[in-house]
Amino acid sequence: MSIETPAVKKSWLTPFNVVVGLIILIGAVITALRFTKGLGAVTNLSDNNPWGMWIAFDLMCGVALAAGGYTTSTAVYIFGLKRYHSAVRPAILTAFLGYSLVGFALLYDVGRPWRLPYPFFVQSGTTSVLFEVGLCVMLYLSVLFVEWMPAALERLGFSKIRNFVVKLILPLTILGVILSTMHQSSLGALYLIAPSKLHPLWYSGYLPVFFFVSSIAAGLSMVIFEGTLSHRYLHDKMDETYLREHDEVTLGFGKGAALVLAGYFLIKVVGITIDDNWHYLGTGYGTWFLVELLGFVALPCFLFALGVREKNLTLIRGAAVLTVLGIVLNRFNVTLVAFNWQLPAAERYFPSWMEIAISLYIVALGLTIFTFISKNMPIFYEHPNFKEHEPPDLHEHKLKRHPQTFGH
Amino acid sequence: MLRRTFLGLLGAAGVGAALGKSAHAAGNKQFAGHPGSCGVLFDATRCIGCRRCEAGCNKVNELPAPARPFDDLSVLDVKRRTDAKTYTVVNRYDKLPGAAGPVFRKNQCQHCLEPACASACFVRAFTKTEQGGVVWDGSVCVGCRYCMIACPFDIPTFEYDEPLTPRIMKCTLCQPLIITGKLAVPGCVSACPVEALVYGARADLLRIARERLRALPGRYRNHIYGEQEMGGTSWLYLSGVPFKAIGMREDLGIVPAPEMTSGALGAVPIIAGLWPVLLTGIYAVSKRKDKIAHEEKVMAVSEAVAKAQEKAEANLHRALAKAETEKKSAIEKEVKKALEEAAKAQTQEGE
Ligand code: SF4
Ligand code: SF4
Ligand code: SF4
Repeated sequence: MSIETPAVKKSWLTPFNVVVGLIILIGAVITALRFTKGLGAVTNLSDNNPWGMWIAFDLMCGVALAAGGYTTSTAVYIFGLKRYHSAVRPAILTAFLGYSLVGFALLYDVGRPWRLPYPFFVQSGTTSVLFEVGLCVMLYLSVLFVEWMPAALERLGFSKIRNFVVKLILPLTILGVILSTMHQSSLGALYLIAPSKLHPLWYSGYLPVFFFVSSIAAGLSMVIFEGTLSHRYLHDKMDETYLREHDEVTLGFGKGAALVLAGYFLIKVVGITIDDNWHYLGTGYGTWFLVELLGFVALPCFLFALGVREKNLTLIRGAAVLTVLGIVLNRFNVTLVAFNWQLPAAERYFPSWMEIAISLYIVALGLTIFTFISKNMPIFYEHPNFKEHEPPDLHEHKLKRHPQTFGH
Repeated sequence: MLRRTFLGLLGAAGVGAALGKSAHAAGNKQFAGHPGSCGVLFDATRCIGCRRCEAGCNKVNELPAPARPFDDLSVLDVKRRTDAKTYTVVNRYDKLPGAAGPVFRKNQCQHCLEPACASACFVRAFTKTEQGGVVWDGSVCVGCRYCMIACPFDIPTFEYDEPLTPRIMKCTLCQPLIITGKLAVPGCVSACPVEALVYGARADLLRIARERLRALPGRYRNHIYGEQEMGGTSWLYLSGVPFKAIGMREDLGIVPAPEMTSGALGAVPIIAGLWPVLLTGIYAVSKRKDKIAHEEKVMAVSEAVAKAQEKAEANLHRALAKAETEKKSAIEKEVKKALEEAAKAQTQEGE
């Protein structure tokens, strides 16, 4: 603790805090504008382009990049890869925050935000893919909240409830996988209804499968990527276990990501072949499609594989960043670039600076809350009173400080 | 003969409905429209581009006045679409091959038989009414604008300038006005000076359209747009030039929009049913692996403990034995000492 005190006293005026503070300030102003003057005043949305930056980035990318939660908890609790255990909490926290922010962003985007619960409580349009997305996201957010609770409860010292919640982890994880499978894929399925508007290279009956499989790659890469970032900036909050397992998580997840990306690449190719869309590759859209497929799927896949074989962590981290960028690119392509491709250039959409600012503002909010929670709750370390996440004899380091020794 | 025309003729003979039903009964459910439901037939060869329908629509629906008056025909110089203040627009298409002068086309909601907008809305804000119109219910709409994404005809519009109560705006087929008896036919139809628009039961409109195609084959393309497009629409079109040339998509196909997502939605119960079984299975396997590893570990530990115990016992024995000997020698020593002392005392007494 004594090491921390001078750091706190140093000053709040770090460049990072200043930038984040500015973004949040600008975001607040635009928020006021949005809710007094309407969407038209702050966005470039139009009747032809009803969905813009906030759907492409905040919803589509947000949900895909928050997939680290279900991928990690599945790896650890279902596949029993206990050596990645320390990655679960940061991933769950990121996912929980990610989904909350998605919900928060939707408050800006929809016309009457207070009616967002209507589909579930007033009148349900069950034929709508959006209904499925909404329902699964809402339920999954609750699941993530419960999964995250142990951290808060440990901090508060409510051990009885905490121990009860920990027992629910397995059913919750399974529920989380079901819900994630459904809404990750449904985000792609949203576009199934508009074959006439989405470019054939991106439109496919397999869209739901593409979205689901790529979300796994996104989740794994995000865990690697965040791990790297947190490692750099929240190092003092990490315990031995986390630090010891960190490299192993990077390697293991890198291997997983290589396999998933390879599969993703294959089904993408199968998708084009089945719809016989090869002739589009010669067009401008075709080139762009190849950039995405070769540069942001095949290349990171290769880099992951190489990095794992040579145990080169830097290479794996680079591949993770490339994959994350690739998923962002893909979601932007489906939602914005390849959507309405037949419209003349003048009727196409490009985000206004205020839309971009709101997206940045939401990211900044997320970063701030993440840092705050990681500094104040047992996320990157195990709470000394609650070390038994599993039967104690499976963890060597626990034998050292076994509760029985307290009696002496 | 084109298959479409053949089917159309069958339909005229009243066989089409039955055929359509049985043909689809084996596959997916198909909706042929409510019997007796109404629609409008637009004939592009008759339209003169006067924009009176726009004015009529504006008036009966009490929409805000446009920036430029309806009799200003220079508005037609640019291509327009429906917007939050305009339910219907007329566009002009110049210099089309095979057309003597400009061709006009009126656009508005097509009132699809199986509307994409209704299928996409997650609060069921749209209803395809029995009278034919697709109407929107503002009391539940969340403003997500997915209906706008879904509509293949780019029809629904949104009030982007309303901060808190934006509505989805689109043609209603004047349904609310007709039902309440305020109008007999839609405002646009009654405003048309040249009968380019005809309002009536869809079945009758199809019959009229076929009749025109039969009577004046040279005047028309042999196709009724809207009869089958996207599963059929209540608004029907005839044209003398290719429909594509007057801004109507010919690549939409005849599959109704709801069918495009039914496959994905149908997968939901499969995922919900299959995943838990699969995942629990995987969990059980990995758990069993753990258990074996755990048992092996426990065994190793107990063996080690047993060995340690043996060793400890041996030690104890040795210690006890040692203590015993030590004790013995101590006693002996004491006895010896006592005896010696006693002997000493005796000697002293003797002195
Ligand atoms: S044209 Fe568009 S808005 Fe009108 S009923 Fe069809 S899908 Fe709905
Ligand atoms: S904007 Fe309104 S009417 Fe359109 S899909 Fe969303 S909730 Fe339904
Ligand atoms: S039917 Fe009614 S609402 Fe639709 S375009 Fe005509 S006048 Fe306007």
